[in-house]
Amino acid sequence: MQQRPPWVPAGMDLDRPNAARVYDYYLGGSHNFAADREMARQAVKLWPDLPLIMRANRAFLRRSVQYLAEQGFTRFLDIGSGIPTFGAVHEIAREIRPESRVVYVDKDPVAVAHSRLLLKDDEHSQVVHADLTDPADLLSRPEVVGLLAPGEPVAVLLVAVLHFVTDEQDPEAIVRTLRDALPPGSALALCHASLEGRPDQADAHQDLYNRTPTPLTMRSMERIRGLFDGFELVEPGVVYLPQWRPEEPATVGPHPERMVGVVGVGRRP
Amino acid sequence: MTGPPPAGDRTAAGRPTTAFPEDWAQLLQSGQGAAMHPGALRRLVARTTALLHRSEQDGGFDAGSAEEAGALLVDAHFTDPEILARAVGLLHGSDLAQGRTAELTGAFAAGWAAALRERTLAEQEAIHQAADAARKEAERALRESETRFRALFESAAIGIGIGDVEGNILAANKALQDIFGARPEDLRGRRVNDLVHPEDTPGVWEAYEELVSGKREHFQFDKPYYRQDGEVVWTHLTCSLIRDDEGLPVYQVAMLEDITDRYRLQERLRHQATHDPLTGLPNRTAFFERLEALFESPEPGARFGLCYVDLDGFKVVNDSLGHEMGDQLLAAVALRLESALRPLGHLVARLGGDEFVVLLENCRGEQEAVAAAKTVLAALAKPVPIDGHRLAVGASIGVLERPVAATTPMAAVRAADLTLYRAKEEGRGRWTLFDPQRNARAVSRYAVSVRMPVALDRGEFFIDYQPLCALADGSLAAVEALVRWRHPQLGVLGPDEFIGTAEETGLIMPLGRWVLEQACGQAADWAKRFGAHAPQINVNLAVRQVRNAGLVADIDRILRTSGLDPRLLQLEITESAVVGPHDESVRALHSLVDLGVSLAVDDFGTGWSNLAYLRDLPVSSLKIAGSFVSDLKESGKEQQLGWRIIGGLVSLAHTLGLTVTAEGVENADHAERLRTMGCDWAQGWHFGRPARPEEIARRIADSLGPKDGGPGFGSGREGTR
Repeated sequence: MQQRPPWVPAGMDLDRPNAARVYDYYLGGSHNFAADREMARQAVKLWPDLPLIMRANRAFLRRSVQYLAEQGFTRFLDIGSGIPTFGAVHEIAREIRPESRVVYVDKDPVAVAHSRLLLKDDEHSQVVHADLTDPADLLSRPEVVGLLAPGEPVAVLLVAVLHFVTDEQDPEAIVRTLRDALPPGSALALCHASLEGRPDQADAHQDLYNRTPTPLTMRSMERIRGLFDGFELVEPGVVYLPQWRPEEPATVGPHPERMVGVVGVGRRP
Repeated sequence: MTGPPPAGDRTAAGRPTTAFPEDWAQLLQSGQGAAMHPGALRRLVARTTALLHRSEQDGGFDAGSAEEAGALLVDAHFTDPEILARAVGLLHGSDLAQGRTAELTGAFAAGWAAALRERTLAEQEAIHQAADAARKEAERALRESETRFRALFESAAIGIGIGDVEGNILAANKALQDIFGARPEDLRGRRVNDLVHPEDTPGVWEAYEELVSGKREHFQFDKPYYRQDGEVVWTHLTCSLIRDDEGLPVYQVAMLEDITDRYRLQERLRHQATHDPLTGLPNRTAFFERLEALFESPEPGARFGLCYVDLDGFKVVNDSLGHEMGDQLLAAVALRLESALRPLGHLVARLGGDEFVVLLENCRGEQEAVAAAKTVLAALAKPVPIDGHRLAVGASIGVLERPVAATTPMAAVRAADLTLYRAKEEGRGRWTLFDPQRNARAVSRYAVSVRMPVALDRGEFFIDYQPLCALADGSLAAVEALVRWRHPQLGVLGPDEFIGTAEETGLIMPLGRWVLEQACGQAADWAKRFGAHAPQINVNLAVRQVRNAGLVADIDRILRTSGLDPRLLQLEITESAVVGPHDESVRALHSLVDLGVSLAVDDFGTGWSNLAYLRDLPVSSLKIAGSFVSDLKESGKEQQLGWRIIGGLVSLAHTLGLTVTAEGVENADHAERLRTMGCDWAQGWHFGRPARPEEIARRIADSLGPKDGGPGFGSGREGTR
């Protein structure tokens, strides 16, 4: 069931900061507007590690996609894809699996428009404007239906997106709905801001985001692990961002928890 | 994960130039490099290192290579200005491009900045394009949605109107225009408040005010409107409130469905259910609805009036001229009543047959109700011409005018009906005013006759027994069975209160038989218990019973069934039971005597007192009516006369060989005088009131015990007579 009637366009307000564009700014991109930059600068001032965290997050996306491609995955569903400042999923995957197909999903109309401009000549990439909090609608979109068609397993990426789903919107139920729609052997790669990594920062950071159209809900590691219910976790399980399959052990650093993000990759039996 | 310490510190410390490739590699590993695949990063380090070295080769200086190295970093997303600062420091302290380090550094920085500027512009361009595309998409969606909405609005089968909260109509769709029979310009600019209709459901405008002031979100009503042509259209109206983002009321949306046909059908069905098809007047149902509504929440002191009208002689018209004529007459009468009384604000209804009722709501007093009754009579004064006949029709009217609080709808109608009967009895063509006392009496008669048929089945009757004592020794000689009725509403009734009705309705037959069965059964029981001391049982026979052919057989059967010695049964008849010596009933009486039963004449002296019959009838006892004794004066001449008459009756009876019982004996003086006169038995309060059978049994038992003699033995339980 759709949450809003189909004839009502999604709100588009460039005067308010937007999570996708703020993220781009953290990564040094210029796909953003004054309001986004102002909010991002304020956040970084309060929490100077944010650009590092975002790069670590981006690195996890790269490593997990590389891993999945190496495992033979050629179908990727990137939900909450935002503005892929660099290292878009299809680029990473195709270095290993040139035939890879990617469906990008985002609820922000500007991010979607940007992705469409970027991918307009890419036959194997599609962009869907849909909302994760309405998984049934998301799963009913033709592009998604095509990707999930029986045959090959699909890698679903929920990287730094579920913490923009509030408790009332029931993230566990959303993941369950997605999980149950996946062909056997499919995978889930997930990154979620944890409460434990930097308890000193959590409250202020959430407060900042709660003033935007995309409030942030950081969750306990335990609860994040619970999101993999029904999946078999691959090594090393649910860990802090840098700890997940680093190419070089040295990059993990002495304080991986400072990267706050908790990640994991699970597979459907 | 933090990067290595700033490389510039180490160059400043004068490290050997051979360290440059490692320092450069370390620099690129920090920041953005952390997000890169190590292989890619290694390739980037190698490529940029090579370019920087190439700029100093061949002894000359190639600014292009250094610029390219700077640009490559930007391409790999090394866009943070800090990386430039640190790269410049590292290059400056290196031994690259010997002597031309500043140029090299400058070229690198220029390459980086130029690439960053390009990149920034490109990304800004891209994001603006994206925003633009998104906006266009949103606008397109909005336009599409608006088109859809407009189509929905315009072509909806349901009437839709949009207004502001001040009540101005802003838009009306085609269906709404059709409902109102109006053109767009007829509706535009009109105000919602102008759409009042006199038949508006109470509360509809209050609901509207609540809606536009934001106190409610929507309401639904069936509401009539005037069409442009003045006709009335009935609609089912749903009105909703539209709020802005801040929640303030901005618009109202009304959706109207034309339900005129449905409404008219409902009205017709309702009319049919509540109106008499012959006369078109409200029917009994409608009348009672109105009457009951009156009683639901009356104002203090509210009064109402009823005229219960019954046509005089209508049956004659119906029977002699036919039902069709009768129907025409009823219709004509209805029309006259309606046109005479409706203008006064009274309701005229037909209750059925030739009965009509006039209801006066908010009656101002008796005079008004009486005036209404007079109006009815006046309206019917002139003959009604039908098919060449001139039918004279009169009416009798029961008028009732009461405070609402004093009665109930059902009681009021019954009272008006009973009052009508008085008008009929008093000679028709008149009105009679309700009289509470007469009504009470009439009600009891009414309640008696209505209830009696079921009372026997329900065991509401019972029998008390009154002693008849021998005056000679005061002993209990007989008991008279007296039937009582424990009426559920009226309490215990004596025979004088219902036997008359029982005779009229014929119920006396089963009731009389029941009394005989009970009394005989009881007497047989006493006979069994007390043998020779058991009293005789006296049972009254009604006229109708005496004349009934099955009487003898009934008595015979009852005697057999009960096992009572016939000599213990005495049947009391009245003089009027027997018309003449050759009457069929006389033979029946003889047959009874043949059975061994004795007969007594009851209430002697109150009827014809035909002495000749007495001689011919097979009676053995005579009971002198109670009035002879109880009416005796205290003293004086009249008292003397009274006693002489009683003495005459006693000697007359004795002459005929009859035993005499005096009724109505209430004191010892009278008992003594009767005894000295030679009267055999006596009955009355002095000897005991009617009592329950157990009480009688106790008296018999007591009399068998230690003899205390005398007639004054306790009267036992309080009787009802």
